[in-house]
Amino acid sequence: MKEKILTAIDKNSKLSAKDLAAMLGSTEEEVAAVIKQLEEETVICGYPTLINWDKTQSEKVTALIEVKVTPQRGQGFDKIAERIYKFDEVESVYLMSGGFDLTVIIEGKSMREVANFVSSKLAPMEAVLSTATHFVLKKYKEHGLPLVHETKDERMLITP
Amino acid sequence: MRNPLSKLVVTIQPSGIRKFFDIVSEMKDAISLGVGEPDFDTPWHIREEGIYSLEKGKTFYTSNAGLKELKEEICNYLYRRYQLNYNPDHETIVTIGGSEAIDISLRAMLDLGDEVLIPQPSYVSYLPCVTLAGGKPVIIELKAENQFKLTKEELLEAITDKTKILILPFPNNPTGAIMEYEDLREIAKIVEEKDLYIISDEIYSELTYGRNHISIAEFPGMKERTILINGFSKSYAMTGWRLGYATGPAKIIEQMIKIHQFAIMCAPTTSQYAAIEALKNGDADVEVMREAYDQRRKYLINAFQTMGLECFEPFGAFYVFPCIKSLGMSSEEFATELLKEEKVAVVPGTAFGDCGEGFLRISYAYSIENLKIAIERIERFVKKHKNNQ
Repeated sequence: MKEKILTAIDKNSKLSAKDLAAMLGSTEEEVAAVIKQLEEETVICGYPTLINWDKTQSEKVTALIEVKVTPQRGQGFDKIAERIYKFDEVESVYLMSGGFDLTVIIEGKSMREVANFVSSKLAPMEAVLSTATHFVLKKYKEHGLPLVHETKDERMLITP
Repeated sequence: MRNPLSKLVVTIQPSGIRKFFDIVSEMKDAISLGVGEPDFDTPWHIREEGIYSLEKGKTFYTSNAGLKELKEEICNYLYRRYQLNYNPDHETIVTIGGSEAIDISLRAMLDLGDEVLIPQPSYVSYLPCVTLAGGKPVIIELKAENQFKLTKEELLEAITDKTKILILPFPNNPTGAIMEYEDLREIAKIVEEKDLYIISDEIYSELTYGRNHISIAEFPGMKERTILINGFSKSYAMTGWRLGYATGPAKIIEQMIKIHQFAIMCAPTTSQYAAIEALKNGDADVEVMREAYDQRRKYLINAFQTMGLECFEPFGAFYVFPCIKSLGMSSEEFATELLKEEKVAVVPGTAFGDCGEGFLRISYAYSIENLKIAIERIERFVKKHKNNQ
């Protein structure tokens, strides 16, 4: 049941408990209880909205930063990752295998804002050895959903 | 000037679906629950394989019965699903959709006046195809109280000494009915006893919910009497690729290949390459789509029960078939009024045979968001007309 609810709301968090109950052959109460439990266990961590900011007036810049760090004794990468992800500008932080350690994704109002963050906040941290900043030019797909997609039903209205 | 038309062709009625389509297409911004094809796009890895075959210049005819590799994959699939052993060289033909397979299997087997049993409500093309092949269609009217399954009593009653073929259209369009093990066993016994052949249209075989599809060909003695028809349209969301197949006894398939080779030559090459990929690596896609259909199915059954319309629970295809007799309207009236008042298009049950009167075919090949809006409107319509009674 948990898996089924999660898969159903993964792409559409607007489905109500009542709809989910009808879709999964359950009761509204049961679905609501499972969702509450999943929230408490922080399996469900939030319900953000997928916005294509390119279609609005607001300017936004996204950058992906490769960060090399020195892991700290007893805490590995977790401590330094936490120090980084606590900044509001930081969208995502992932620990990576391969040529560098952390992927940090930053959202800022302008390139200068991102540059400031990297040069005054991120790079000077003691554990940070080096950074390489890549700016995102265009977003095509996020969270499994295409951002540049014509959703037109091309089927004929009635077919046998 | 002489009459240019064939007398036989002129007697054939145009499809009731067509008639309704013409009404719907004049209505701007109508929501439709009227389609008989998946809302999913063909999975990308399958499309990509089709594109790749074009890039490599695979743009020539294939052999008449289809690419050897595809026929082998079809046979592998039928073994994987039903433990049926077909020979890819002599017992398999790749066709232009399931529809061509229906047509040429009838043409290969019928002589003038042979009777063909067609359970209805069912897909619109069985009846005209039988007529065009010189056969005589005999309708078996399936009933809601039997969940629109074919019962042995109904079958026995329809058989005469001219009966040659029984068409088995399950999982069924438009009712969503399926035949389970016990149901098929009864049918198989009679088919053997009365020395009939079966054309089993299993195009919706992958879309059953909570129970697996069983093919009549799995029963002892039935493989020798069955043309099993399937295809890629519904299971892999490949309607526009026009690709299906038939498997069966070599002597029948051989004659079907003959008709196919003169009328068609071969199925589209690009589609055949894409289909190989579908059969090899498409099981996971089918599972995702089946789960989505199942959720919509449950959602709709629940919705119709809530609004007080009788609706038996269908376990196959992507249709529900609610009964509207309690409103005192005919199927066609209901569908036409619903379209006018609420701009929702559904197909009257009568498009699939006279015994579809009192029912509607509602397709759930639509997103939940779409279904929600449509259901709100149907509910308003039903409420209003219940009060008017």
